[in-house]
Amino acid sequence: MEPKSLQFHDNVAAALKDAPLQQSLSRFQTGFTVKRAEAKALLPEFEALRDESVAIKNHALANLDHYLLKFEEAVVASGGVVHWCADGAAARETVLRIFREDDVKSATKSKSMISEEIGLNEFLEDNGIEPIETDLGEYIIQLAGETPSHVIAPAVHKTREEVSDLFYEHHQKYGVTKRHEDVPELVDEARQLLRRRFQAADAGITGANFLIAETGSVVVVTNEGNADLTEVLPRTHVVLATIEKVVPTIADASTILRVLARTATGQEYSTYTTFATGPRRADDVDGPAKFHVILLDGGRSELLGSEFKDILRCIKCGACMNHCPVYGSIGGHAYGWVYPGPLGAVLNPGLIGIDEARHLPGASTFCGRCESVCPMRIPLPDLMRRWRERAKEQRLAGWRERRGLAAWSFIARRPGLYRPMSRVAARMLRGWSRGRGRLASFPGASGWTNGRDMPAPEGGTFMAQWAANRDASRPASGGRP
Amino acid sequence: MSSNSESARDGIIGAVRRSLGRGALGAESEDELEKRLRTPDANTIPARSNVSHAEQVDMFTRYAEGVSATVSRVSRAAEVPAAVSDYLAEHNLPSDVVMAPDEALDAYPWGERPMLGIRRGRAEDADAVSVTGAEFGFAETGTLMMTSGAHHPSTLNFMPDTHVVILPANRIVGAYEEGWQALRERTDADGTFMPRTVNMITGPSRTGDIEQRMQLGAHGPRRLHIVIVDEA
Repeated sequence: MEPKSLQFHDNVAAALKDAPLQQSLSRFQTGFTVKRAEAKALLPEFEALRDESVAIKNHALANLDHYLLKFEEAVVASGGVVHWCADGAAARETVLRIFREDDVKSATKSKSMISEEIGLNEFLEDNGIEPIETDLGEYIIQLAGETPSHVIAPAVHKTREEVSDLFYEHHQKYGVTKRHEDVPELVDEARQLLRRRFQAADAGITGANFLIAETGSVVVVTNEGNADLTEVLPRTHVVLATIEKVVPTIADASTILRVLARTATGQEYSTYTTFATGPRRADDVDGPAKFHVILLDGGRSELLGSEFKDILRCIKCGACMNHCPVYGSIGGHAYGWVYPGPLGAVLNPGLIGIDEARHLPGASTFCGRCESVCPMRIPLPDLMRRWRERAKEQRLAGWRERRGLAAWSFIARRPGLYRPMSRVAARMLRGWSRGRGRLASFPGASGWTNGRDMPAPEGGTFMAQWAANRDASRPASGGRP
Repeated sequence: MSSNSESARDGIIGAVRRSLGRGALGAESEDELEKRLRTPDANTIPARSNVSHAEQVDMFTRYAEGVSATVSRVSRAAEVPAAVSDYLAEHNLPSDVVMAPDEALDAYPWGERPMLGIRRGRAEDADAVSVTGAEFGFAETGTLMMTSGAHHPSTLNFMPDTHVVILPANRIVGAYEEGWQALRERTDADGTFMPRTVNMITGPSRTGDIEQRMQLGAHGPRRLHIVIVDEA
């Protein structure tokens, strides 16, 4: 996917003015956050399971070479094939080669963020192979020619009316004559059309929530069952997974699965959790004849040796974006590359470079909610701060920001200068507000005041109040303490 | 594997080791990891399902119903065909079903319900109703475990609009780990215990992808009906 993260500020301005987007955003965050809190409250072991999940992922990452080789061994033993790919280009070529050898014309797909990373759909189309997204949200955005705006709810930015228009526009060629408007009708329309595609597809492509070293199994979680039809109906199943997805055992996957659904959607367990191990067996009457796993590095091995390695624990549950006030205001597309929200603010710079993604670590109020809900306890705000430092070291910030910060730090390090200046500034701001306690406009701060008032300082500076309080609380001489 | 992929593997494994600041693991560490892999210990298992079997059956039912599955319960195996045909009639569903070629399902006297048209095999698109067994039901979350094989083609779990599952009460256990342990005990001569597919199924198919409104029957079954049979 072509990054558009450099236009972050323009993207934000456009997002804030986008009425359907704002309507969708206002609806979605409360749903997910409330459901997560309820699911967590129902499971006394929730925090213990989080701690164990973190330890499992850390252990798997510390022995990643070992577990990857074990995983490959087990896949091969079950009759599957593993393809190692250093980068997106290699992964795309490998998929194409598998498809050419197998004479594949169309492929159904279940949700895969890796596929977005490597731009697989466009590549397949250019090579005469039709990719068909089957997750309802992914299908909607494929029709719209867009990219996912959320890792588990890719079409969360679309309203029902927009979906209705899209379906009517694209489904008439299949004989649909009515513009459906209700959710049940729309879901049913997609179900019927996609069922035909499932049956006609030559291959199925899925992502992976986990790879299990012990058994060579690929775990995929959905609520719709689309990944299962993608796996079981076509003659070839291709799994796209990055190397950090491997965990040692089924027991380890079970532990993380117990926090995944609860954190992502507030479900006790997702509707379908599927463990696929190799191709069709001798006595099977259904299932794919061929089973391929593409193991993509795609920058992960480098991240593993960096100060950002904790992000590799991420299980793509989406909780950080569900709880982020910035994501809640601007949606996912403004981030300009595959991963939105706090996850994207940390992972995107690691994958496309801090130069390209320099604005994303700034898309934070540092409220810390993302870290507090992250099932993998990834210190997201801290990692964003480190990316900001990198951006500063590489002089990627604009001159205003650099000069401004330099001036501020010069003054802040000199109390003799800072105190009188802040005293004067507070007095000026108070005067400017004309006793109303707030400022409707302020030169140089229009980014803030265009959308809301800025509070004016009340009373003296912190140092002045500190001194006054200390004097007041000091016992008068001769009094009892 | 092509030689391209082989050199890519060496490259990736090498890069991983460089990032970890070490070479290949020593024999001792390898042995330790191998031991963890071959004799996996369970991690923390939520205590909620650690109750009497009767309570586990109730808990399974409660959680399954909580995710929009329906559950009925019969005491004797002989009552199963009637429970299935009554369910289908009650919901105005076709009485032709595709049934898993599972010997366990032969224990029920289907012939006594001639209204049921039964075909055994995998599911095709025209099949509106499937009837299968299940390996286990987990009280922990009302989840069913299905394993693929000649006895249970996995298309049966996903293609028909209605999936009816016959579950003997003694197949209801507490936590997922008990099901995995049972599969592990069936390890065959070449050391594998995983069927091609293990489906953990919790309620009928659903989606919230349009305006977060939950809608059943996205791609898989619109209805999941579970018949619990007390008689072993």
